[in-house]
Amino acid sequence: MTIPADLKYTPSHEWVRVETDGTLTVGITHHAQDLLGDMVFIEAPVAGRTLTKGEECAVVESVKAASDVYAPVAGEVTAANSAVESSPEAINQDAYAAWMFKMKPANAADVNSLLDAAAYQKLVEAEAH
Amino acid sequence: MSTQSLLKQTPLNALHRELGAKMVDFGGWDMPVNYGSQIEEHHAVRRDCGLFDVSHMLPVDFKGAGVRDFLRGLVANNVDKLQTPGKALYSCMLNEAGGVIDDLIIYFMDENWFRIVVNAGTADKDIAWMSAQRDKTAPAIEITPHRDLAMIAVQGPNAAAKLWAALPGSQALTESIKPFNAVVVGQMFIARTGYTGEDGFEIMMPGKAAPFFWQSLVNEGAVSCGLGARDTLRLEAGMNLYGQDMDEMQSPLESGLAWTVDLKSERDFIGKAALQSRDINYQMVGLILQDKGVLRSHQKVFTKHGEGEITSGSFSPTLQQSIALARVPLGIAPGETVEVEIRDKRLAAKVTKYPFVRNGKSLIEGAGS
Repeated sequence: MTIPADLKYTPSHEWVRVETDGTLTVGITHHAQDLLGDMVFIEAPVAGRTLTKGEECAVVESVKAASDVYAPVAGEVTAANSAVESSPEAINQDAYAAWMFKMKPANAADVNSLLDAAAYQKLVEAEAH
Repeated sequence: MSTQSLLKQTPLNALHRELGAKMVDFGGWDMPVNYGSQIEEHHAVRRDCGLFDVSHMLPVDFKGAGVRDFLRGLVANNVDKLQTPGKALYSCMLNEAGGVIDDLIIYFMDENWFRIVVNAGTADKDIAWMSAQRDKTAPAIEITPHRDLAMIAVQGPNAAAKLWAALPGSQALTESIKPFNAVVVGQMFIARTGYTGEDGFEIMMPGKAAPFFWQSLVNEGAVSCGLGARDTLRLEAGMNLYGQDMDEMQSPLESGLAWTVDLKSERDFIGKAALQSRDINYQMVGLILQDKGVLRSHQKVFTKHGEGEITSGSFSPTLQQSIALARVPLGIAPGETVEVEIRDKRLAAKVTKYPFVRNGKSLIEGAGS
C-alpha cells in the first residue's frame, strides 16, 4: 500500500498525520521518493520556526535532483527528525515511517483543506498521464 | 495523454520495461534512468559488472580513399595518432569559433574505413556538419549513420569475465583487446572503451541481436544499469558530458580538454585559428563539498580570483560525498578552498584534481573507500 488511508496529503506530495494531541507529522510520499530516487541529503526545518502555508521549509536531495518540501498548513515547527537527516535513504525504505518534521498548526481546522487518500490517489494517477 | 509514442526507442526498450526499468525522456529518447536503486547500480559497476544501453548514441562510418586526410581537418585531436587498425581516439569536433560541436570517439579500422561514435542529442547536427564539410573538401567520402546498430556497454572489473561467459568463444577473440582498441567479430564491433573509469567493453551489434545479448549477460550476473548510474560513474571518472561541461559556446581549452587538442603539429583543423587567438581565462577543476549538501550544475563558485560555475555535480556513491566539475578562473589550485552557493547559503568546497575514482579506488586522499 503506497497511499495510506489514515493520512492527509498535499498536491506537492507531502503526507501529514494528525496526531491525537493535534500536532502534525510531515513527510514526503512514497510516490515522491519514487520519482526522486536514491535520497542523499535532507534538510529539515529547525524547531521553533514559524511557517506559512505553502512555504518552502525543507529540502530533499536525491542523486538525481533537489526538491523543496512545502509547509502543508501554517504553524510552528516543534521537532525535526535528525535520524532521517543522517540517514536520508530511510525515506526510500519507508516514506511514511521516515517523517521529516512535526508542527503545531496555527488553526486546527486548516488540516481539513488537505487531500484525503482517495483525492491524492487521483492526483498521482492524473500526473502519470 | 502519453507522450511515450513520440519518443525514440532503442531495440532494448521492451526488455528494459520487462526488467522493471524506470523510463524517462532523455533528449527525445525513451531510456532507462534506473531499475531500482541508482546507487546500487553504481556500486555494481565499481565492484562487479554493469550493463548500459547506449544505443541512442550513433555510430557513423566514413568510407573511401582519403578519409584520414578529411578527418585531419575535421577534428581537433590528431588522427595520425591512429596507426594500428582498431585503435580509438577521443576528440572534439569544433566550429570555426573554436566552440565544441560534439565530442567523439574515432576508430581507425583501415585507411578506407573510420568509424565515429557521436552523442545522441547532437547526432543530427553532427551529421549535417560532417556532410557539409565533406561536400566542401572530400566529396567522394561516404558518410553512413548506423541507426541499425544497438550499442551495449559492459563495464566493471568483472566485465571481461561476464562477457566471455555470456558469449561462448569470445574470450580468444577479445582478451587481447587493449584499452581504447576495437575488433570486429562477425556482426559485432567490440571496443574496450567506456564511460565509467572501469575496465569494460562497448559493443555494437545489429539491433535484433541486442535483447538476447543483454539477457545472456544478465543471466551471468551482470546488473542492468540506467543512465542515472552512468552519470555518477562518469563524473567520478572525471569524464566530460557534452552539453553540460562543454558546448558550442565553450573552448575545449577552458573545458578540461586541452589534452585532446593537438596544437603542436603543422596540421590545420576547423577551429584551430580561433583557439590560437582566444584568451584562456578559465580552467576545469574538481570540487569536493566539505559541508553537507549536493553540488549541482549551474551553482556559482566564489574564488579569490572571481566567480566560476559548476558544470556537473552530484553525490559520489564511492566517496560518499558530493563532487563536481567546475569552470573557475585560472590561478585556483588543488588544495585551496572555494565557496559554492547552494540555495541561500555559501558552502565550502575543496579544489582537487580529477578523476576522483579509477578502477574502483578513490584517488582523493582522506575520502571514501
